[in-house]
Amino acid sequence: MRHEHIETNSGLMLLLILVVISVGGLVEIVPLFYINETIEKVDGVRPYTPLEQRGRDIYIREGCYLCHSQQIRPFRDEWLRYGHYSLAAESQYDHPFQWGSKRTGPDLARVGGKYSNQWHVQHLVAPRSVVPQSIMPNYPWLLNTELDTSDIADRMRALRAVGVPYSVTQAEYEANVQKFGQAVADQLDVSKARDSLFAQARERDFDGLPDQITEMEALVAYLQVLGTMVDFTKYDEGYFATFR
Amino acid sequence: MAQSSALPAEQYNYDIVRKFTITAMVWAVLGMSVGVYIASELAWPFLNFDIPELTFGRLRPVHTTLVIFGFGGSALFATSYYVVQRTCQARLAFPWVAEFTFWGWNGGVALGALSYMAGITQGREYAEFEWPLDIAITLVWVSYFAVYVETIRRRSQPHIYVANWFYLAFIVAVALLHIFNNLAVPVSLTKSYSLFSGVQDAMTQWWYGHNAVGFFLTAAFLGMMYYFVPKQAGRPVYSYRLSIIHFWALIFLYMWAGGHHLHWTSLPDWVSTLAATFSIILLMPSWGGMINGIMTLSGAWDKLRSDPIMLFLITSLSFYGMSTFEGPLMSLKSVNALSHYTDWTVGHVHSGALGWVALVSFGSFYHLIPRLWEKKMYSQTLIYVHFWLATIGIVLYITSLWVAGIGQGLMLRSFDDYGNLAYTFIETVEFMHTPYVWRALGGAFFVAGVLVMVYNMAMTLRAARREQADVEAKLAAKLAKA
Repeated sequence: MRHEHIETNSGLMLLLILVVISVGGLVEIVPLFYINETIEKVDGVRPYTPLEQRGRDIYIREGCYLCHSQQIRPFRDEWLRYGHYSLAAESQYDHPFQWGSKRTGPDLARVGGKYSNQWHVQHLVAPRSVVPQSIMPNYPWLLNTELDTSDIADRMRALRAVGVPYSVTQAEYEANVQKFGQAVADQLDVSKARDSLFAQARERDFDGLPDQITEMEALVAYLQVLGTMVDFTKYDEGYFATFR
Repeated sequence: MAQSSALPAEQYNYDIVRKFTITAMVWAVLGMSVGVYIASELAWPFLNFDIPELTFGRLRPVHTTLVIFGFGGSALFATSYYVVQRTCQARLAFPWVAEFTFWGWNGGVALGALSYMAGITQGREYAEFEWPLDIAITLVWVSYFAVYVETIRRRSQPHIYVANWFYLAFIVAVALLHIFNNLAVPVSLTKSYSLFSGVQDAMTQWWYGHNAVGFFLTAAFLGMMYYFVPKQAGRPVYSYRLSIIHFWALIFLYMWAGGHHLHWTSLPDWVSTLAATFSIILLMPSWGGMINGIMTLSGAWDKLRSDPIMLFLITSLSFYGMSTFEGPLMSLKSVNALSHYTDWTVGHVHSGALGWVALVSFGSFYHLIPRLWEKKMYSQTLIYVHFWLATIGIVLYITSLWVAGIGQGLMLRSFDDYGNLAYTFIETVEFMHTPYVWRALGGAFFVAGVLVMVYNMAMTLRAARREQADVEAKLAAKLAKA
C-alpha cells in the first residue's frame, strides 16, 4: 500500500493510528491481570482498617507521594536503609498505588514500626524539630483538625466495588474470617466501620490526644502499618525471586 | 463582531486561535511562577508558611497541570486550529463547538488547579483531576476531535499535511490514555478510588504518564514544528519519506516505553525489560523528527544570524534531540538504578519541557502573533532578550539538577570501608540545597523571559488595537461625510 492512500483518506489514517497505538498497552498491561505470578503468594497482606484507610486518604490529599516513594528496590543500599524489597502483593489493595517517582524524602514502604507514634506526631507538626536539616513542610493542621468519619462506610463500599474485600454480606464476612482471622475480619466489616475506627483510635491513640480523633490519628495509623504486614522471616530469599 | 469589522473578512477562524494564544501565555506565567515558588520551597522550606494550600505537596500538581495542560494544552489548541485551517484551506468546522473547547478546557484547568490546592486529587501524577473534571475533560476532548477531524474532512487539498498526522495521533492517543488511566469508582463529588490497584495500577499510570510526554508533549509539538519551522524558514520539509517513517515508528514505539518508569520495582521484569528495549529503539524516530526539522534549514543557515524566531525553533529542536537521547539512556536498567527517584529525572523532564516544548511554542507564537493581529512584533530586540533569558535559565536548571540527582544517587549507594552506608538520607538532602538554589534561579530566569514576551506581545496587541481604532475612526468620518 502506498502512503498516498493513507494521507488522502482521514478515516483510514485515524483507524491505522488507533491500531498502531493500541498494541503496546495491550501487550504490556493486559497480561498483568492474567499471569498468576504477577502477584506473589504471601501471607499477611490485608486491606487497611477504616482508620488506616482514612489516613491513606489524607496521605494522598496532602500529596505525600510527590516526595516519598513506597517502593523499595532490590539493591544492597536500599536493603540496608529501608529493608526487604517491596512485593507486588504488598500493594494489592492500594487504590491508587502510591509507589511514587521521586525521593525528595526517604522511602516509606516499610516505615511502619520504625519510629514511635510520638515521634511521628512531632515530626509531622514540625519536621525540623526532630531532623534539623529536613525540608519537609510542617503539617500542624493535622493535629487540630478532627477526622471526618461520616462517610467512612461509603468509602469502604467504593473500595469494595473496585475489589477490596471489605465485607457487606455474612458470606463475605465469613470468607474474611477464613482468610484474615476474626479480629481483622471484624475491622473489614462495612457495617461496623465507624465503631472499629473509634475502637482502634481509642486503643492505640496514635495522635497522643486520648479524647480526640484527629486527622493526625489516621495518618500516623497508616504510616505505622506500612510494610509491616508480611513476616519475611517465614520465607527464604529464593522464594520471592521465583515470581520475578 | 464589531471588533473585527476593520479587519478584512477573515477566510479562517482566527478568533479562537487568538484566544488560545492569550490563555497559553497566561497559564505560562502562572504555571511557571508556581514552579519557581515550589522550587524555592525545596531550598527554603519556610516558604510553605504552614498554609495547607501552599505546601509543596498540593502546589506541585498545580504547577504541572498549569504548565502541561494550561500552557501546553492552550498552545496546542491554538496552533492546531491554525495549522489545520491553513493546511487544509478550510475554515474551522463547528465554530460553537470550538468555542466550547476553549471555555471547557481553560475552565477545567482552572478548576483543577484550585481543587488540588483544596486537597482534592486522585493521587495520580499528571492525572490528578478528580472524576467530575475527568468527565468534563473527556467531553471537551471529544469536541476537539470532532472539530479537528471535520475540518480535515472539509479540506480542499487531497493530501493531509504531515503536521496534521501528528496532531491527529495526539488527539486519539490522549483520549485513549485519559479514559483508561482515570477509571475509578466515586465516593462523592470530590473523592474516588481507582479501579485498578498495586502493580496493574502502576503500569496503567506510567503507560499514561509516559505517553502524556510522548503524545501531549512530543507528537503534538512535532506537529507544531512541522508547520512553523518550514514556514519560518521559507523552505519545504527536508524529507517527506523520513517524516512518514518516523511518524509511524514514533507513535507505535512510544506506547511501549512507559514501563521504564518502573524498573526494579514490583512490576514483573519482563514488562520493564520490554519497555527499556522499546525506549532505546525510540531514539531513532525521535531523532528522525529532529533531523527533519533541523535539516529543513539546510542552505539557509544564515537565518540563525538574522532571525530570532529561527533561533527559538532550532534551539528547541536541539533540546529535543538532547532530551530524547538522555531518555533512552535513563531507561537502561543500570543507569536507571542510579537516576530513578532523583532530581536527574526532574531535570530531564525540564530539558524537554522548557527546552523543547516551551521554546518551540514561543517560536511558533512569535511567528503567529503578527499574523493573527496583523501587526509586526513590537520589538525584535526583546525577542533576543527572551531567547537568552530562556536559554540561560534552562542551562542553569538542567545542570544544577544533574548535580543534585547524580550526586544524591551516588551518595545513597556509597559504602564505607566496613560495608556500611556512607551517608544517611538526610545528608543527601543537605547536599542538594545548593543545587536547589541554582535550580530555582534557573527557573526564575526562564520566567523572566516569559514576562519579556508577555510585555512584547501586549505592546504589539495595543498597537494593533490603536491602528484598528484609527482605521475605524477614519471610516466613520468618511461615512459621516458621505
